[in-house]
Amino acid sequence: MRRALAGTIALAIAGPPLGVFLILRRMSLTGDAMSHAILPGAALGYLTAGLSLGPMTIGGLAAGLIVAAGSGIVARATILREDASLAAFYLISLALGVTIVSLRGSNIDLLHVLFGSVLALDDATLILLAMIASVTLAALAFLYRPLVVETVDSGFLASVSRSGGSVQIAFLALVVLNLVGGFQALGTLLAVGMMMLPAASAMLMTDDMTLMILAAAAQGMLAGYAGLVISFHAGLPSGPLIILVAGVFYLFALIVGPAGGFLRRLRPGRHLEA
Amino acid sequence: MIDIAIRFNDVTLGYDRHPAVHHLNGEVETGALLAICGPNGAGKSTLLKGITGTLTPLEGSIALPRVKPRDIAYLPQAADIDKTFPIDVFDVVAMGLWKRCGAFGRISRRDNGEVLEAIAAIGLDGFERRPIGTLSGGQLQRMLFARLLIQNADLILLDEPFTAIDSKTVADLLTLVAHWHKERRTVLVVSHDLDLVRQYFPQTLLLAREAIAKGKTDAVLTQENLLKARSMIEAFDQQAQACTRAA
Repeated sequence: MRRALAGTIALAIAGPPLGVFLILRRMSLTGDAMSHAILPGAALGYLTAGLSLGPMTIGGLAAGLIVAAGSGIVARATILREDASLAAFYLISLALGVTIVSLRGSNIDLLHVLFGSVLALDDATLILLAMIASVTLAALAFLYRPLVVETVDSGFLASVSRSGGSVQIAFLALVVLNLVGGFQALGTLLAVGMMMLPAASAMLMTDDMTLMILAAAAQGMLAGYAGLVISFHAGLPSGPLIILVAGVFYLFALIVGPAGGFLRRLRPGRHLEA
Repeated sequence: MIDIAIRFNDVTLGYDRHPAVHHLNGEVETGALLAICGPNGAGKSTLLKGITGTLTPLEGSIALPRVKPRDIAYLPQAADIDKTFPIDVFDVVAMGLWKRCGAFGRISRRDNGEVLEAIAAIGLDGFERRPIGTLSGGQLQRMLFARLLIQNADLILLDEPFTAIDSKTVADLLTLVAHWHKERRTVLVVSHDLDLVRQYFPQTLLLAREAIAKGKTDAVLTQENLLKARSMIEAFDQQAQACTRAA
């Protein structure tokens, strides 16, 4: 239980800030697509070495990076845009993954891959999660300026530097890294929830970039803690409950969010003098 | 000797093998204030993209003997700015510091002061902390000019910077352009407003896929030349043969 909490908090520190950027870059569904894309790699690792951390992590990383790089190259070299090529790649990847899992596994194995098991985290996984969180935060701090400029005005960045393409690839690599980490704990399908839900509700709460990132990470940690506690006492699976709690936060922000929630729209207050 | 900023060596620029700028020759002197005029589809924006290097010539070349790519500031026709991004005017203008600070360099107190000065110079004081999503079209254009100001470039390329902007803003921006000209920066401006060009720009390039005329504005913008430019056929000929003109 203590391990589960530490692991979840590591995930919650790094994932939601990435989610904020995904949303701002209009790539909200990219995280979802990538989470499917890592499946065949993880499955291949599982097939060769069983349920062990190393091969599944490396496999997932490799598959995710191949799909990210592949769709980026297709988008640049053909008329297909990034979203179309990513969709094509991740669907191929997903089909491949399910096929590989079914080669050996039973349904229970598939469930494990799809939904993870945060309560069964061992020390090695915990260290991996901590490393991923540290690397992500450091890289995000390092990439912050070019990433913001690339998002706001990619044409301008292209006119002053050639770093645009590599910034985008590095960013996608971070997303893949966090999904791979997340899927150990939450499963491939729900890992992306830890990224997107806190980020989406943070956007409803503030329009300041820094606060947004902090709010997203804080919500992620809170959801992780509450979800774990509830799942422990109610005897329910922890991954879905963590994401459900994050979902509740999101619904709450939808209604009362001061930066564009329902109530704010409904009753904006009387107009100002100037 | 005359100092050349840009030299067009029989350059052809285009898309899918169809030329948008066809066999252009000539030079732009350092410190020139040059208007680029011509009908829609004449290749004006394409020419600027060729100068910045984002578009590779189909044939020929564009040489910038004295200007490094990083010393070019370019304002595209429709700046592709994401106005929904939570960023304020100050931070966008500060992007102009890229040449000096790069992706990771520190922005010093002096840089900060310069950004504030640029914002004030362009008449946006008080807007420093405003999110860019709340700006009007003209205010956004002023902000982009402030960023150009910070970029401190030797070669400045502006693609129709005065469209959809009120006369006061146009006057302010023209003052800035004149100021750049006085500092011997090379400034190329695409514009459709011939009256404005006649009034403020000493030199003009009249383009209609090919160069119709180039030189002193009054000598270029004659009735005869304008008629010639207007007679350009805008659509590409899908059955066109490969061009045989010697390079």
